[in-house]
Amino acid sequence: MSKPKFVYVTYIRTTPEKLWAALTDPQTIRKFWFGITAESDFKPGSPWCLKFEDGRTADTGEILEAVPHKRLVIRWRNEFKPELKAEGYSRCTMEIEMADYYPDFGGKAAKLTIHHEVEGEGGGRFIDAVSGGWPKVLSNLKSLLETGDVAFQR
Amino acid sequence: MADGQKGNLDAVFKALADESRRELLDRLRAENGQTLNDLCARLDMTRQAVSKHLGILEEANLVATVKRGREKLHYLNPVPIHDIAERWIGKFERGRLQALSDIKKALEEGTGE
Repeated sequence: MSKPKFVYVTYIRTTPEKLWAALTDPQTIRKFWFGITAESDFKPGSPWCLKFEDGRTADTGEILEAVPHKRLVIRWRNEFKPELKAEGYSRCTMEIEMADYYPDFGGKAAKLTIHHEVEGEGGGRFIDAVSGGWPKVLSNLKSLLETGDVAFQR
Repeated sequence: MADGQKGNLDAVFKALADESRRELLDRLRAENGQTLNDLCARLDMTRQAVSKHLGILEEANLVATVKRGREKLHYLNPVPIHDIAERWIGKFERGRLQALSDIKKALEEGTGE
């Protein structure tokens, strides 16, 4: 197993059920992912892709694991930048658990951990590209679930 | 894992208010996913001190850890810093954009076309 190239963790004042719904609903994804949306039924083995607002395909892949409210694993590669596509498939694991965190939310929060790694050797450019985007996407997701609005439109 | 009171922003600022801990974050930025041994090998700090600093960074959610066999790998987690930026700077930007939009609207209406 290759070593993950990054791990991001965020705590959100919400429930695992609501967080799961946000991560798997194309209309919600569009809100926190800067207009990009996912097309998939989020069942193990199903195809998955990310599409830009203008309909172009950003990334394609498949759902490897989907355990509602707990764990989603997507295998994907970039499709619109040749140098990133050349680095091949990556594996993105999203894990949801309840954690003791916010005193003002009954001392509880949904903890979301994202691991993203490239399957083969190398993959540095792909990881650089996605690691720049994840904090913004996660801030938006947190903001959307906690306040009903996103922080960044782009 | 007991996460304690990590929701407190104080934990993030306290963790960042120490040069050694900022250096550890720099090391992880340069090479993510290091073990305690990796980090100790390149720093002029005792293993005990590095371990304690990592604990404070982890408590503040600035470092995320992954167990891989007997090893514990440390990853820089920029999300809390990003949330801080969003909380103050993001709102400031939104206000400025709204102000620009208002000026544009006022000027365009003022031309009386």
